[in-house]
Amino acid sequence: MEDLLDIGGKKIACRLFLGTGKYAGNEQMRKALLAAQADVVTVALRRVESGAVVENILDYIPPSCTVMINTSGARNAAEAVRIARLARASGAGDWIKIEVIADSRYLLPDNLETLKATETLVKEGFVVFPYMSPDLSMARRMADCGAAAVMPLGSPIGTNRGVKTRELVEILIREISVPVIVDAGLGKPSDACQCMEMGCAAVMVNTAVAVAPDPVEFARAFSLAVKAGRLAYRTGMPGSAAEARASSPLTGFLRDHD
Amino acid sequence: MKVRINGREESLPDRSVTLQELVENRGLAPERVVVELNLEVIPREHWPTVTLQAEDSVELVSFVGGG
Repeated sequence: MEDLLDIGGKKIACRLFLGTGKYAGNEQMRKALLAAQADVVTVALRRVESGAVVENILDYIPPSCTVMINTSGARNAAEAVRIARLARASGAGDWIKIEVIADSRYLLPDNLETLKATETLVKEGFVVFPYMSPDLSMARRMADCGAAAVMPLGSPIGTNRGVKTRELVEILIREISVPVIVDAGLGKPSDACQCMEMGCAAVMVNTAVAVAPDPVEFARAFSLAVKAGRLAYRTGMPGSAAEARASSPLTGFLRDHD
Repeated sequence: MKVRINGREESLPDRSVTLQELVENRGLAPERVVVELNLEVIPREHWPTVTLQAEDSVELVSFVGGG
């Protein structure tokens, strides 16, 4: 039975979304995307200066992938909106990850500016994925104004600290009507598995894979973990108990009777 | 002629400079660059016919890896 993620007008098979930054090279990045069988990847938009040797990163992304441009660099809603419009006008598609950050120490997103950008870009027909700090009322507003999903952080970008925001994310999953996709801070496959077991629709990972000793195999491991967690969530998990409940029969022991 | 390129004010010769020339003069491969002129993206096929005017603001951008 297929378990496709129905989002933004597409049906997505791989629930591991991957970033494309920090790799040793574009070819390695491409192999990691293939190893993970990624369907959704994100890229950024930057100025190019004179004489810069610029490879076209889009050439290294498998054609079957949906590219989501992120608005990284934006410090407010207006800058995010401008980047999104530029990205779309240059043929990169409608999927936008809104990333509005004014804090350079923790790179925590500005939820208010992110909400404003979400409202504007949804009205302009973009498929909007706001990267946000897990706050229920903000997530509700983003969902209500038409975001395709909400993307709460697990822990600060690049820290590999895991799902420190676990309980807040669980609240979002219970209360929010759109898919919840944990993005940022996931450090190892078990973090991604945990998110999927909780009921996340997908997860996004960049640093952990790109800086791993073997990014291609680590991408593969993350992809397997996402599948495992998703399967567990879909088929149901047993409860836990405080006291032991034996796994082997309690009779017929090979022992002297008292 | 003063124009703003990638956020910096630059002086260009007063003769007309097309966007195509601008990109090539900077050693950039046209197929890897997106040009925004005064907040509007100009498709590549129009670069040879669009010339810069004084006080124009140009952004030369490219897609790069990011998370």
